[in-house]
Amino acid sequence: MSLLDVSNVSLSFGGIRAIDGVSFTVKPGEVFTIVGPNGAGKSSLFNLISRIYEPADGAIRFDGRDLLACQAHEVIELGVARTFQNIELFDHATVLDNLLIGRHSRRRTRWFEDLLFLPRVRREERAHRRQVEEVIDFLELAAYRDRMIQGLPYGVRKVVEIAQALVAEPRLLLLDEPASGLSMEETESMAWWIEDMQKDLGLTIVMVEHDMGLVSQVSDRVLAIAEGRPLAEGTPAEIRAHPEVIRAWLGGVEEA
Amino acid sequence: MDTLQLLIAGIANGCIYGLIALGFVLIYKASESVNFAQGDMMILGAFLAIALINTNQADLPFLLGLALAGLTLGVFGYLLDALLLRRVFGQPQLTMVVLTIALGFVLRFIIGAIWGHDPVGLESPVAGERLTIGALTIPLVDVVIIGATVFLVAVLWLFFARTRLGLAMQASSQNQMAAYYMGIPVKRVVSLVWAMSGVVAAIAGVLFAAKGAVEPSAGLVFGIKAFAAAVIGGLGSLPGALAGGLLIGVMEPFAGRYLPSHVAQVSPYVLMLVVLIVRPSGLFAQMKQKKV
Amino acid sequence: MKPRFKTSYDADIDRFHGRWHRAQYLILVAAALIAPWILGNYYVGELSSVLVWSLAGMGVMLLVGHTGQVSLGHAAFMAIGAFTHLALMLRGWPFLPALLAATLASGISGALLARPILRLSGIYLAIATLALGILVEDLAIVAEPVTGGVRGLVAPPIELFGFTIDRYGTPIAFYYLCLSIVVLVTLAYANLLRSPTGRAFIAVRDSEISARALGVNVTRTKTLAFALSCGITGLAGALYAHLAQAVNFESFLVIISIALLLQVIVGGLGSIHGAFFGAVVIVLLPQGIAIGRDLLADVGIRVAAYPGLDMAVFAVIIIVLMVLEPRGLYGVWLRVRTWLELFPLYRKGMFRRARSYLKTERLK
Repeated sequence: MSLLDVSNVSLSFGGIRAIDGVSFTVKPGEVFTIVGPNGAGKSSLFNLISRIYEPADGAIRFDGRDLLACQAHEVIELGVARTFQNIELFDHATVLDNLLIGRHSRRRTRWFEDLLFLPRVRREERAHRRQVEEVIDFLELAAYRDRMIQGLPYGVRKVVEIAQALVAEPRLLLLDEPASGLSMEETESMAWWIEDMQKDLGLTIVMVEHDMGLVSQVSDRVLAIAEGRPLAEGTPAEIRAHPEVIRAWLGGVEEA
Repeated sequence: MDTLQLLIAGIANGCIYGLIALGFVLIYKASESVNFAQGDMMILGAFLAIALINTNQADLPFLLGLALAGLTLGVFGYLLDALLLRRVFGQPQLTMVVLTIALGFVLRFIIGAIWGHDPVGLESPVAGERLTIGALTIPLVDVVIIGATVFLVAVLWLFFARTRLGLAMQASSQNQMAAYYMGIPVKRVVSLVWAMSGVVAAIAGVLFAAKGAVEPSAGLVFGIKAFAAAVIGGLGSLPGALAGGLLIGVMEPFAGRYLPSHVAQVSPYVLMLVVLIVRPSGLFAQMKQKKV
Repeated sequence: MKPRFKTSYDADIDRFHGRWHRAQYLILVAAALIAPWILGNYYVGELSSVLVWSLAGMGVMLLVGHTGQVSLGHAAFMAIGAFTHLALMLRGWPFLPALLAATLASGISGALLARPILRLSGIYLAIATLALGILVEDLAIVAEPVTGGVRGLVAPPIELFGFTIDRYGTPIAFYYLCLSIVVLVTLAYANLLRSPTGRAFIAVRDSEISARALGVNVTRTKTLAFALSCGITGLAGALYAHLAQAVNFESFLVIISIALLLQVIVGGLGSIHGAFFGAVVIVLLPQGIAIGRDLLADVGIRVAAYPGLDMAVFAVIIIVLMVLEPRGLYGVWLRVRTWLELFPLYRKGMFRRARSYLKTERLK
């Protein structure tokens, strides 16, 4: 039984095929990585899954449900959370507030209850906060709780963005280049976070990543794509040795 | 005949709207924001010309007065950008909108304080003259306005298509970063665009004042209407601005003739709202979506 | 600054952070209650005016400062509120139901208009709302049965709990009426900001794409923000009708919409304080200029009364603020407060990161 089932999706931007017939399935509990040179359509795949883009063709199912029938804001309610390549946090708010916003898909109060701040709103707020604090503990963000995003180091922001996705209690986490812009040490701890999320939280993770070291370390399976088309699928070792992948990589992105 | 006469009056009016709309588009392309003081800059140009040309004022020859008014507004536009607007470069669009709205208030006040609040007309060589073709009688000033607009647009077109500076302006408006790396002094180019829009505003002001009387507060309403024209044409398109201006100019006299007065008054804005909702990028332009 | 140790999550959830914080606002309310007994009738009227414009400012702030949607047409909703309220009162409705109906009417019209125009963003939204503002000027004349046409409507005195309240007859009672409404709305506004709804507004303001990914229904959230904002502004319009005693199409010209936007920007976008600071400036500036002119006249300098001087001075303030402190007077206030709290340890450049809240629409 697969958790995420992407079958034969295509995406066009004004006549240009950005993605052309890509299929893959992700099993519960695994870390599945999509690799490929710049412009291969990796982030576009994520944007398809999170319903920012509309596919020209194909189907995407999550846990047996048709994702394409959902609107973008409903995806997270089904249990699919994501991060962004260039970090899309709310810069003028604290880490705590950012994480509380992350709980939005779990809110149960209506706006008029909020307006009056009924006792139920307070109870809910406490519950949200407890969940947020658990994630803060898990990702060791306590030191930054009340800091503004604006002044935080890049590496910390990357972790905050993951935390923001985690507080929604997703089952599937989409990580768009979690290690881009990180130092060696930060990449190392990112690998640990990913392993922890897989093992301790039982999360299924789909990741787009360039850093082959990180990919090899954490991935169960890897899909290589180039120019919007699938090249090969297999274990990290198989992908690294695959002749087509090596050919596509030459002149593309360096192997780190 | 009557329809034809209305049409020509409308086109002449539309030319002035179009020129102001052109100013909006120039600034939008250069600074990615809207200059809400464009109408007031036009009125400033008109009053300068009146002060320079009218017989009871400085009494200069018409063309000299026109050139001086244009030059002054050009310098004004350049300095405005270089001294004030450049300092908020890179800040949100709204900043610039608010700055230019505020600037409009200041200009309106200064114009009123210097020249008073009574409507004044500009004495032009063609004032009162009429052109008669068969049964058709057109004020000569309308013909001059249309001719001047055609000439100005042709000059602008040649400038953008043929000169180094024009090409640099185009490049900067399309991708400032790339233009900067290519060695184009983007900041100075932007200031020059402001200077240009100042000159265009002055010319529009002179044409406007030659047609009828102007008063300091006219800039706000006129500016908003011309702005509607720019939006209808698409804020990113110079020919679109002109077309939008003509559309509004022609629409007004006809709406005034055939529709109840309050409907006629708001017709440009209704048209603008419809265009915004149906085709927000205007009738002649395209819009992009943010990439993640 | 004393460190405050939090012992429960409620410390962060509560409206006031600690006893001193609460005391500050209690003192403020007490001062507002005592003020009319110290000031003369004229200044009580000015204070009521500040309150009404603060209310309208809060409406605009909710939309522009907290949801990031620009409006250059909010006077239109003041107009809807004012005309609905007066039309109902003149048809025999009591004050409170009419006030409520006016608030609802402007809120609902806001929600209906929101759908088509909120698809636009940034400058295009500003333009669309501007057009809306212009249209309402005209509509106020056309809809004569409701608005009284060109002559407009005269506000009847308010009958409330057995009292007759009139802006000139009983200025202090009118002031208290405005004050209680403003306090209630402010509390509700503050509630909103510390709850999921307010966080959703801010999320939409800062990154629509991220908000959507986190489960915020952006269209619904914007519509709600627009509706609440227009409702508050409409409520302010209804109170304004009593303040001005009569309203017609000229009461809500598009220039008022522009002034409202400038007001919240001067005050400081993204803070409730900003709405109040802005209202103080916009109401008291003409006073200040008149007083300044008198002072100059006393020392022998005569300044002619130029029309439009108030607006021009206000505009200059805006320009200076935009260049030097984009967070408006609230930003200035924060600096002053921090300076006082840290004295003598304040360092230069502590606020160098100060930036405005509305982000660029640049798509390249």
